[in-house]
Amino acid sequence: MAWTRKVLRVNLTEGSLQEEPLNMEWANDYLGQRGLATKYLVEEIDPKCDALGPDNKMIMTTGPLTGTMAATGGRYSVVTKSPLTGAIACSNSGGFIGNEIKSAGWDMVIFEGKSPSPVYLYLEDDNAQLLPADDLWGKSVWEADELIHTKHQDPLIRIAAIGRSAEQGCLYAAIVNDLHRAAGRSGVGTVMASKNLKAVAARGTKGVGNIENPAEFFKATQEGKKVLAENAVTGEGLPSMGTQVLMNVINEVGAMPTRNMREVQFEGAGKISAEAMHEPRDNDGKPNLTTNGACFGCTIACGRISTIDQGHFTVENKPQYWGNSGGLEYEAAWALGSDCGVDDLDACTYANFLCNEDGYDPISFGSTVAAAMELYEAGAITKEHTDGIDFSFGSAEALAKAAEWVSTGEGFGKDLGLGSKRLCEKYGHPEFSMTVKGQEFPAYDPRGIQGIGLAYATSNRGACHLRGYTIASEILGIPEKTDPLETEGKAELVKAFQDATAAVDSTGLCVFTTFAWTLEDIAPQVNAACEGDWSADKMLEVGERIWNMERDFNMAAGLTGKDDTLPKRLTKDMAANSGPAEGKVNNLAEMLPKYYEVRGWTPDGVPTDETRQRLGL
Amino acid sequence: MKITLKLYAGLSQYLPDGSEKHMTKLSVSENETAFSILDRFNVPKEDAHLVLLNGVYLEPEEREQPKFKEGDTLAIWPPVAGG
Repeated sequence: MAWTRKVLRVNLTEGSLQEEPLNMEWANDYLGQRGLATKYLVEEIDPKCDALGPDNKMIMTTGPLTGTMAATGGRYSVVTKSPLTGAIACSNSGGFIGNEIKSAGWDMVIFEGKSPSPVYLYLEDDNAQLLPADDLWGKSVWEADELIHTKHQDPLIRIAAIGRSAEQGCLYAAIVNDLHRAAGRSGVGTVMASKNLKAVAARGTKGVGNIENPAEFFKATQEGKKVLAENAVTGEGLPSMGTQVLMNVINEVGAMPTRNMREVQFEGAGKISAEAMHEPRDNDGKPNLTTNGACFGCTIACGRISTIDQGHFTVENKPQYWGNSGGLEYEAAWALGSDCGVDDLDACTYANFLCNEDGYDPISFGSTVAAAMELYEAGAITKEHTDGIDFSFGSAEALAKAAEWVSTGEGFGKDLGLGSKRLCEKYGHPEFSMTVKGQEFPAYDPRGIQGIGLAYATSNRGACHLRGYTIASEILGIPEKTDPLETEGKAELVKAFQDATAAVDSTGLCVFTTFAWTLEDIAPQVNAACEGDWSADKMLEVGERIWNMERDFNMAAGLTGKDDTLPKRLTKDMAANSGPAEGKVNNLAEMLPKYYEVRGWTPDGVPTDETRQRLGL
Repeated sequence: MKITLKLYAGLSQYLPDGSEKHMTKLSVSENETAFSILDRFNVPKEDAHLVLLNGVYLEPEEREQPKFKEGDTLAIWPPVAGG
């Protein structure tokens, strides 16, 4: 019973708030968070609806273990239809607000309609109110956070907000909570802005006390924490170096997408790596990295807290950026750095700060800037577009300016806010866009790591590493090593990662635990917390059900198997030019038919009736 | 023959004085192995989680086999992960 069994339905058009019971039959089939909220969404909206229209809904959802004593039990997700992809969106975030919503007594909040004027939702336990946000509109996430805290005179309120980029229609806008954690991908912040909803502010004092079997839960979570502490990756590697340690790893294996994925190794990787973040700067003797940081209930603490060199050109006379803030994670560092050819650590950190300050996804932003740089070098955009700035690859000034523009929607920021696909189409070079289903790639080149290419192509939310992180196996050897250049066996590997991840994303736990935990470690914690029988096998079945449900939504929205593809640059036109994968492209065509087969889908990628029946869909 | 040794993350401390950032060049004989080089620099073998020779993963048993040729790069990490 770790669910609170309460849903808050907020009709923004009418300004009404209504409490309703959680559908426990669905909870048994979809668990919580990603799975359960997606079930609500697919039951309640037309998949063909305009993602930015009032008919789309947006669900902020916790998992059954959110707010409990389970390690990393602080996650929440935002589920909606994506304006970037037209597909299902589910963006997951840590920080502290997930716990606060749950501890206020709510499993999820469903937003529907569109408010006639800007509002924010204030939750204080059972007290839920829509309050005017006219004074917050036009403010950054950081300003809105401060204003809301000041207004309520309560420093313990946790806040998730959108920034100016979302208000200006940036299609990859994020929802940022606790200043620098984000439900980052697929434009969930843009949906929030379309509803005139500026923020959610929550204060929960109830805790999560309704655990099915407290003694068993205590035991299971303690055992889980021990595994995390004793595992060298979650106990030592991630806390000390963060995800950014992958910068040199992935560069060394020749899978570092560089300069809009024209190359697979970046000569400047070392300068923007985790190791570089630890090195004292020439100017002030301080390293970029101040400390690591943890989200609610986390015993890993992979987060980065950083500063920018006060003498750096990006922050001259801007003391508001001189303090500590959320530093570079690997995905941001890659997109802002290597993909743009920028090896300036401070410039990348500055752009990352701005992504947090005004709420947009650094992966999609960096990839879109990279596409703009290629358009610039091809002559398709000129200095007339870029306010006279040289937009060639490697320009830290261009990167910093691009972030300033996207933050406010000024200048070229409107075009950059379109995302890579629409930008490249607008300027006559759709082949420059490195996207799947309209969403920009993460930090692993599919030419050098074959399985991740299949994971990108088949991801239900467009190109994404977190829908099936085969890097764990193909590069890091977790749970066992597979050859990154081999296609054999990757269909099964991708399916296994996708299904298991969908289950983990439905618990309230962080997927990073799976560097140490398997579902055999997670299931006992869920089982002790929740009513019903939650074995690892059942969780895997729930994961597969979720995956197929998301697939069904996408197909009903108009996507087909033809959208399970990669840009020709990666499969045909441009082989890797260095490293172990030199001369290779991604052999998606070898893997995709097998993937459909192991999924129980038709050769066109449609779940068969038999598969649907088996999964109870 | 000459090869390049790269030690990353917490292993950089084992590089000899005067090394470039995270790397050093060294002479090796034909029968040397990844593990014998680790011994040379007092790197605990249990800390060598990810061992790449020219970017290609060396299986645990390969770390005790002579594999080097002129100009190779051996890169080693302690247990790491990311996302």
